[in-house]
Amino acid sequence: MPPKLLDSPAVKVGLSISVATGLYGVSFGALSAASGFDFWQTMALSLLLFSGGSQFAFIGVVAGGGSGVAAMTASALLGLRNGIYGMQMNALLLPKGKLKYLQAQLSIDETTATASGQSDPGEQRRGFWTAGIGIYVLWNLFTAVGALAGNALGDPKQWGLDGAAVAAFLALLWPRLKGREPWAIAVACAVATLVAVPFVPPGVPILVAAAVAGVFGWLSHARSDEGLEPDIDPYPHRRGDSRGDTGEGAE
Amino acid sequence: MNLWPWILAACVLAYATKLAGYFVPRSLLKNPRTMHIAGTMTIGLLASLTVVNAFASGQSLALDARIGALAAAAIALWLRAPFLVVVIAGAAAAAGLRLLGWG
Repeated sequence: MPPKLLDSPAVKVGLSISVATGLYGVSFGALSAASGFDFWQTMALSLLLFSGGSQFAFIGVVAGGGSGVAAMTASALLGLRNGIYGMQMNALLLPKGKLKYLQAQLSIDETTATASGQSDPGEQRRGFWTAGIGIYVLWNLFTAVGALAGNALGDPKQWGLDGAAVAAFLALLWPRLKGREPWAIAVACAVATLVAVPFVPPGVPILVAAAVAGVFGWLSHARSDEGLEPDIDPYPHRRGDSRGDTGEGAE
Repeated sequence: MNLWPWILAACVLAYATKLAGYFVPRSLLKNPRTMHIAGTMTIGLLASLTVVNAFASGQSLALDARIGALAAAAIALWLRAPFLVVVIAGAAAAAGLRLLGWG
Protein backbone atom coordinates (compact mmCIF):
# COMPACT_ATOMS: atom_id res chain seq x y z
CA MET A 1 0.00 0.00 0.00
CA PRO A 2 1.46 3.42 -0.90
CA PRO A 3 2.33 5.52 2.15
CA LYS A 4 -0.05 8.24 0.98
CA LEU A 5 -3.03 5.96 1.47
CA LEU A 6 -1.92 5.16 5.00
CA ASP A 7 -1.96 8.88 5.78
CA SER A 8 -5.72 8.85 5.36
CA PRO A 9 -7.49 8.82 8.75
CA ALA A 10 -10.40 6.88 7.26
CA VAL A 11 -8.06 4.15 5.97
CA LYS A 12 -6.47 3.81 9.41
CA VAL A 13 -9.87 3.53 11.08
CA GLY A 14 -10.98 1.10 8.39
CA LEU A 15 -7.96 -1.12 8.94
CA SER A 16 -8.28 -1.22 12.70
CA ILE A 17 -12.01 -1.98 12.53
CA SER A 18 -11.19 -4.73 10.01
CA VAL A 19 -8.80 -6.43 12.40
CA ALA A 20 -11.12 -6.09 15.42
CA THR A 21 -14.17 -7.35 13.54
CA GLY A 22 -12.32 -9.97 11.50
CA LEU A 23 -10.90 -11.58 14.62
CA TYR A 24 -14.26 -12.39 16.06
CA GLY A 25 -14.99 -14.40 12.98
CA VAL A 26 -13.15 -17.08 14.96
CA SER A 27 -15.97 -17.23 17.48
CA PHE A 28 -18.55 -17.46 14.70
CA GLY A 29 -16.69 -20.29 12.97
CA ALA A 30 -16.19 -22.25 16.18
CA LEU A 31 -19.80 -21.81 17.33
CA SER A 32 -21.13 -22.75 13.93
CA ALA A 33 -19.10 -25.97 13.94
CA ALA A 34 -20.27 -26.68 17.50
CA SER A 35 -23.88 -26.14 16.40
CA GLY A 36 -23.55 -28.91 13.83
CA PHE A 37 -22.86 -26.92 10.65
CA ASP A 38 -20.25 -28.40 8.34
CA PHE A 39 -17.29 -26.40 7.06
CA TRP A 40 -18.88 -25.23 3.80
CA GLN A 41 -22.20 -24.36 5.41
CA THR A 42 -20.29 -22.18 7.87
CA MET A 43 -18.31 -20.60 5.06
CA ALA A 44 -21.44 -20.01 2.96
CA LEU A 45 -22.90 -17.95 5.82
CA SER A 46 -19.76 -15.80 6.10
CA LEU A 47 -19.12 -15.46 2.36
CA LEU A 48 -22.68 -14.94 1.14
CA LEU A 49 -24.77 -13.75 4.08
CA PHE A 50 -21.95 -11.59 5.50
CA SER A 51 -23.69 -9.89 8.41
CA GLY A 52 -22.42 -10.97 11.82
CA GLY A 53 -25.63 -10.61 13.83
CA SER A 54 -27.72 -12.49 11.26
CA GLN A 55 -25.13 -15.27 11.01
CA PHE A 56 -25.04 -15.74 14.79
CA ALA A 57 -28.85 -15.67 14.79
CA PHE A 58 -29.07 -18.41 12.15
CA ILE A 59 -26.76 -20.81 13.96
CA GLY A 60 -28.17 -19.80 17.37
CA VAL A 61 -31.72 -20.80 16.39
CA VAL A 62 -30.54 -24.13 14.95
CA ALA A 63 -28.36 -24.83 18.02
CA GLY A 64 -31.46 -24.30 20.18
CA GLY A 65 -33.37 -26.93 18.20
CA GLY A 66 -35.20 -24.51 15.94
CA SER A 67 -36.19 -25.30 12.36
CA GLY A 68 -34.47 -24.03 9.22
CA VAL A 69 -37.37 -21.73 8.42
CA ALA A 70 -37.25 -20.18 11.92
CA ALA A 71 -33.48 -19.70 11.58
CA MET A 72 -33.91 -18.05 8.18
CA THR A 73 -36.68 -15.76 9.45
CA ALA A 74 -34.73 -14.63 12.54
CA SER A 75 -31.67 -13.99 10.39
CA ALA A 76 -33.64 -12.01 7.80
CA LEU A 77 -35.40 -9.87 10.42
CA LEU A 78 -32.11 -9.11 12.14
CA GLY A 79 -30.71 -8.06 8.76
CA LEU A 80 -33.46 -5.48 8.09
CA ARG A 81 -31.23 -2.72 9.39
CA ASN A 82 -28.79 -3.42 6.54
CA GLY A 83 -31.45 -2.05 4.17
CA ILE A 84 -31.24 1.24 6.07
CA TYR A 85 -27.45 1.14 5.82
CA GLY A 86 -27.74 0.51 2.08
CA MET A 87 -29.92 3.58 1.72
CA GLN A 88 -27.48 5.69 3.77
CA MET A 89 -24.44 4.46 1.84
CA ASN A 90 -26.17 5.01 -1.49
CA ALA A 91 -26.92 8.61 -0.52
CA LEU A 92 -23.45 9.19 0.94
CA LEU A 93 -21.14 7.50 -1.58
CA LEU A 94 -23.24 7.81 -4.75
CA PRO A 95 -21.93 4.59 -6.35
CA LYS A 96 -22.08 4.50 -10.13
CA GLY A 97 -23.32 1.64 -12.32
CA LYS A 98 -22.50 -1.89 -11.27
CA LEU A 99 -20.41 -0.80 -8.30
CA LYS A 100 -23.54 -0.60 -6.17
CA TYR A 101 -24.02 -4.39 -6.44
CA LEU A 102 -20.65 -4.91 -4.78
CA GLN A 103 -21.12 -2.04 -2.35
CA ALA A 104 -24.47 -3.51 -1.27
CA GLN A 105 -22.87 -6.73 -0.03
CA LEU A 106 -20.50 -4.69 2.16
CA SER A 107 -23.24 -2.44 3.59
CA ILE A 108 -23.18 -3.56 7.23
CA ASP A 109 -22.88 -2.02 10.72
CA GLU A 110 -19.15 -1.37 10.69
CA THR A 111 -18.67 -0.05 7.14
CA THR A 112 -21.61 2.32 7.55
CA ALA A 113 -20.24 3.58 10.85
CA THR A 114 -16.73 4.03 9.43
CA ALA A 115 -17.95 5.97 6.39
CA SER A 116 -20.52 8.08 8.28
CA GLY A 117 -17.86 9.13 10.80
CA GLN A 118 -15.95 11.04 8.10
CA SER A 119 -17.01 14.37 6.65
CA ASP A 120 -14.95 14.56 3.44
CA PRO A 121 -16.55 12.58 0.55
CA GLY A 122 -13.19 11.08 -0.49
CA GLU A 123 -12.48 9.99 3.06
CA GLN A 124 -15.98 8.54 3.39
CA ARG A 125 -15.36 6.45 0.29
CA ARG A 126 -11.90 5.31 1.42
CA GLY A 127 -13.26 4.47 4.88
CA PHE A 128 -16.11 2.40 3.46
CA TRP A 129 -13.99 0.38 1.05
CA THR A 130 -11.07 -0.16 3.44
CA ALA A 131 -13.40 -1.38 6.18
CA GLY A 132 -15.57 -3.33 3.73
CA ILE A 133 -12.80 -5.22 1.94
CA GLY A 134 -10.72 -5.62 5.11
CA ILE A 135 -13.59 -7.03 7.14
CA TYR A 136 -14.75 -9.26 4.30
CA VAL A 137 -11.33 -10.86 3.85
CA LEU A 138 -10.49 -11.22 7.56
CA TRP A 139 -14.00 -12.24 8.65
CA ASN A 140 -13.95 -15.12 6.16
CA LEU A 141 -10.38 -16.10 6.94
CA PHE A 142 -11.04 -16.24 10.67
CA THR A 143 -14.38 -17.98 10.17
CA ALA A 144 -12.45 -20.75 8.42
CA VAL A 145 -9.92 -20.90 11.28
CA GLY A 146 -12.73 -21.07 13.83
CA ALA A 147 -14.66 -23.72 11.89
CA LEU A 148 -11.60 -25.96 11.64
CA ALA A 149 -10.66 -25.42 15.30
CA GLY A 150 -14.27 -25.97 16.40
CA ASN A 151 -14.39 -29.32 14.62
CA ALA A 152 -11.17 -30.41 16.33
CA LEU A 153 -12.37 -29.49 19.82
CA GLY A 154 -14.79 -32.36 20.35
CA ASP A 155 -17.57 -31.84 22.92
CA PRO A 156 -18.51 -28.14 22.60
CA LYS A 157 -20.05 -28.00 26.08
CA GLN A 158 -16.83 -29.05 27.74
CA TRP A 159 -15.21 -25.94 26.28
CA GLY A 160 -18.14 -23.73 27.25
CA LEU A 161 -18.98 -22.93 23.64
CA ASP A 162 -22.68 -22.66 24.53
CA GLY A 163 -21.60 -20.02 27.04
CA ALA A 164 -19.59 -18.32 24.30
CA ALA A 165 -22.80 -17.98 22.25
CA VAL A 166 -24.59 -16.32 25.17
CA ALA A 167 -21.66 -13.91 25.57
CA ALA A 168 -21.57 -13.17 21.83
CA PHE A 169 -25.25 -12.20 21.69
CA LEU A 170 -24.93 -10.03 24.80
CA ALA A 171 -21.88 -8.35 23.27
CA LEU A 172 -23.80 -7.63 20.07
CA LEU A 173 -26.70 -6.20 22.10
CA TRP A 174 -24.62 -4.14 24.55
CA PRO A 175 -23.54 -1.17 22.37
CA ARG A 176 -27.17 -0.67 21.35
CA LEU A 177 -28.43 -0.21 24.92
CA LYS A 178 -28.01 3.54 25.09
CA GLY A 179 -30.88 5.17 26.93
CA ARG A 180 -34.11 4.11 28.55
CA GLU A 181 -36.10 2.96 25.53
CA PRO A 182 -33.54 0.45 24.23
CA TRP A 183 -33.40 -1.07 27.71
CA ALA A 184 -37.19 -1.24 27.90
CA ILE A 185 -37.34 -2.97 24.50
CA ALA A 186 -34.59 -5.42 25.46
CA VAL A 187 -36.27 -6.33 28.76
CA ALA A 188 -39.74 -6.63 27.20
CA CYS A 189 -38.42 -8.87 24.42
CA ALA A 190 -36.38 -11.00 26.82
CA VAL A 191 -39.44 -11.54 29.03
CA ALA A 192 -41.69 -12.27 26.02
CA THR A 193 -39.15 -14.84 24.85
CA LEU A 194 -38.93 -16.64 28.19
CA VAL A 195 -42.72 -16.71 28.55
CA ALA A 196 -43.07 -18.15 25.03
CA VAL A 197 -40.41 -20.89 25.32
CA PRO A 198 -42.59 -23.59 26.94
CA PHE A 199 -45.55 -23.02 24.61
CA VAL A 200 -44.14 -22.85 21.07
CA PRO A 201 -41.52 -24.82 19.11
CA PRO A 202 -37.84 -23.81 19.48
CA GLY A 203 -36.92 -20.80 17.37
CA VAL A 204 -40.42 -19.33 17.46
CA PRO A 205 -39.92 -17.43 20.77
CA ILE A 206 -37.37 -15.30 18.93
CA LEU A 207 -39.99 -14.39 16.35
CA VAL A 208 -42.45 -13.54 19.14
CA ALA A 209 -39.83 -11.12 20.46
CA ALA A 210 -39.40 -9.66 16.97
CA ALA A 211 -43.14 -8.97 16.86
CA VAL A 212 -43.00 -7.26 20.26
CA ALA A 213 -40.05 -5.14 19.08
CA GLY A 214 -41.88 -4.26 15.87
CA VAL A 215 -44.95 -3.05 17.79
CA PHE A 216 -42.65 -1.05 20.08
CA GLY A 217 -41.03 0.58 17.06
CA TRP A 218 -44.37 1.34 15.43
CA LEU A 219 -45.84 3.00 18.51
CA SER A 220 -42.92 4.93 19.95
CA HIS A 221 -41.33 8.12 18.73
CA ALA A 222 -37.86 8.08 20.18
CA ARG A 223 -34.72 8.87 18.18
CA SER A 224 -34.94 7.09 14.90
CA ASP A 225 -31.48 5.53 14.74
CA GLU A 226 -31.43 3.68 18.05
CA GLY A 227 -30.39 0.08 17.65
CA LEU A 228 -28.40 1.00 14.58
CA GLU A 229 -25.02 1.05 16.25
CA PRO A 230 -22.01 -0.97 15.07
CA ASP A 231 -20.89 -3.99 17.09
CA ILE A 232 -17.47 -2.43 17.34
CA ASP A 233 -17.41 1.36 17.35
CA PRO A 234 -14.83 2.63 14.85
CA TYR A 235 -14.75 5.98 16.63
CA PRO A 236 -14.79 5.07 20.35
CA HIS A 237 -13.39 8.47 21.37
CA ARG A 238 -16.29 10.27 19.81
CA ARG A 239 -18.91 8.23 21.63
CA GLY A 240 -22.38 9.53 21.00
CA ASP A 241 -21.77 11.53 17.86
CA SER A 242 -20.09 9.04 15.60
CA ARG A 243 -23.24 8.26 13.71
CA GLY A 244 -26.21 9.80 12.06
CA ASP A 245 -24.27 12.66 10.48
CA THR A 246 -25.03 11.52 6.97
CA GLY A 247 -27.72 14.15 6.73
CA GLU A 248 -30.21 11.30 6.47
CA GLY A 249 -32.71 10.04 8.93
CA ALA A 250 -32.12 12.54 11.73
CA GLU A 251 -35.46 13.67 13.02
CA MET B 1 -32.57 -31.95 8.51
CA ASN B 2 -30.89 -30.58 5.39
CA LEU B 3 -30.12 -26.98 6.21
CA TRP B 4 -28.65 -25.99 2.85
CA PRO B 5 -31.89 -24.61 1.32
CA TRP B 6 -32.49 -22.44 4.39
CA ILE B 7 -28.89 -21.27 4.50
CA LEU B 8 -29.02 -20.21 0.84
CA ALA B 9 -32.45 -18.62 1.27
CA ALA B 10 -31.12 -16.63 4.24
CA CYS B 11 -28.14 -15.51 2.13
CA VAL B 12 -30.41 -14.39 -0.72
CA LEU B 13 -32.68 -12.50 1.69
CA ALA B 14 -29.70 -10.82 3.36
CA TYR B 15 -28.30 -9.60 0.04
CA ALA B 16 -31.74 -8.55 -1.22
CA THR B 17 -32.25 -6.49 1.94
CA LYS B 18 -28.90 -4.73 1.54
CA LEU B 19 -29.51 -4.10 -2.16
CA ALA B 20 -33.05 -2.83 -1.51
CA GLY B 21 -31.51 0.16 0.23
CA TYR B 22 -29.98 1.14 -3.12
CA PHE B 23 -33.17 0.84 -5.12
CA VAL B 24 -36.33 1.40 -3.08
CA PRO B 25 -37.79 4.91 -3.16
CA ARG B 26 -35.89 7.08 -0.73
CA SER B 27 -39.16 8.19 0.88
CA LEU B 28 -39.91 4.72 2.20
CA LEU B 29 -36.63 4.19 4.00
CA LYS B 30 -36.32 7.82 4.96
CA ASN B 31 -39.55 7.46 6.88
CA PRO B 32 -38.49 7.77 10.55
CA ARG B 33 -40.88 4.98 11.48
CA THR B 34 -39.20 2.49 9.11
CA MET B 35 -35.79 3.36 10.50
CA HIS B 36 -37.11 3.16 14.02
CA ILE B 37 -38.61 -0.30 13.53
CA ALA B 38 -35.37 -1.62 11.99
CA GLY B 39 -33.59 -0.38 15.12
CA THR B 40 -36.03 -1.69 17.72
CA MET B 41 -36.18 -5.03 15.88
CA THR B 42 -32.40 -5.35 16.11
CA ILE B 43 -32.43 -4.68 19.86
CA GLY B 44 -35.39 -6.99 20.48
CA LEU B 45 -33.96 -9.89 18.48
CA LEU B 46 -30.54 -9.68 20.09
CA ALA B 47 -32.11 -9.55 23.58
CA SER B 48 -34.23 -12.55 22.69
CA LEU B 49 -31.30 -14.52 21.27
CA THR B 50 -29.30 -13.77 24.43
CA VAL B 51 -31.92 -15.19 26.80
CA VAL B 52 -32.80 -18.13 24.54
CA ASN B 53 -29.17 -19.20 24.47
CA ALA B 54 -28.79 -18.60 28.21
CA PHE B 55 -31.97 -20.19 29.57
CA ALA B 56 -33.77 -22.31 26.99
CA SER B 57 -33.24 -26.02 26.77
CA GLY B 58 -35.54 -27.24 24.02
CA GLN B 59 -39.01 -26.22 25.16
CA SER B 60 -38.14 -25.82 28.82
CA LEU B 61 -36.20 -23.27 30.82
CA ALA B 62 -33.06 -24.28 32.69
CA LEU B 63 -30.60 -22.68 35.09
CA ASP B 64 -27.19 -24.14 34.31
CA ALA B 65 -23.58 -23.14 33.65
CA ARG B 66 -24.73 -20.78 30.89
CA ILE B 67 -25.98 -18.29 33.49
CA GLY B 68 -22.36 -18.02 34.64
CA ALA B 69 -21.44 -17.19 31.04
CA LEU B 70 -24.09 -14.46 30.96
CA ALA B 71 -22.78 -12.92 34.20
CA ALA B 72 -19.13 -13.13 33.11
CA ALA B 73 -19.94 -11.54 29.74
CA ALA B 74 -21.88 -8.71 31.41
CA ILE B 75 -18.95 -7.99 33.73
CA ALA B 76 -16.47 -8.05 30.83
CA LEU B 77 -18.68 -5.68 28.79
CA TRP B 78 -19.08 -3.37 31.77
CA LEU B 79 -15.27 -3.25 31.96
CA ARG B 80 -15.27 -2.36 28.23
CA ALA B 81 -13.48 -5.50 27.16
CA PRO B 82 -13.28 -6.11 23.39
CA PHE B 83 -15.71 -8.52 21.73
CA LEU B 84 -13.37 -11.48 21.59
CA VAL B 85 -12.44 -11.15 25.27
CA VAL B 86 -16.14 -11.07 26.18
CA VAL B 87 -16.76 -14.29 24.23
CA ILE B 88 -13.77 -16.02 25.82
CA ALA B 89 -14.92 -14.88 29.30
CA GLY B 90 -18.33 -16.42 28.60
CA ALA B 91 -16.85 -19.70 27.43
CA ALA B 92 -14.40 -19.86 30.35
CA ALA B 93 -17.16 -19.23 32.91
CA ALA B 94 -19.39 -21.97 31.48
CA ALA B 95 -16.49 -24.43 31.14
CA GLY B 96 -15.22 -23.60 34.63
CA LEU B 97 -18.62 -24.11 36.27
CA ARG B 98 -18.97 -27.48 34.51
CA LEU B 99 -15.51 -28.46 35.70
CA LEU B 100 -16.73 -27.72 39.23
CA GLY B 101 -19.63 -30.06 38.56
CA TRP B 102 -22.47 -27.56 38.04
CA GLY B 103 -24.73 -27.49 35.01
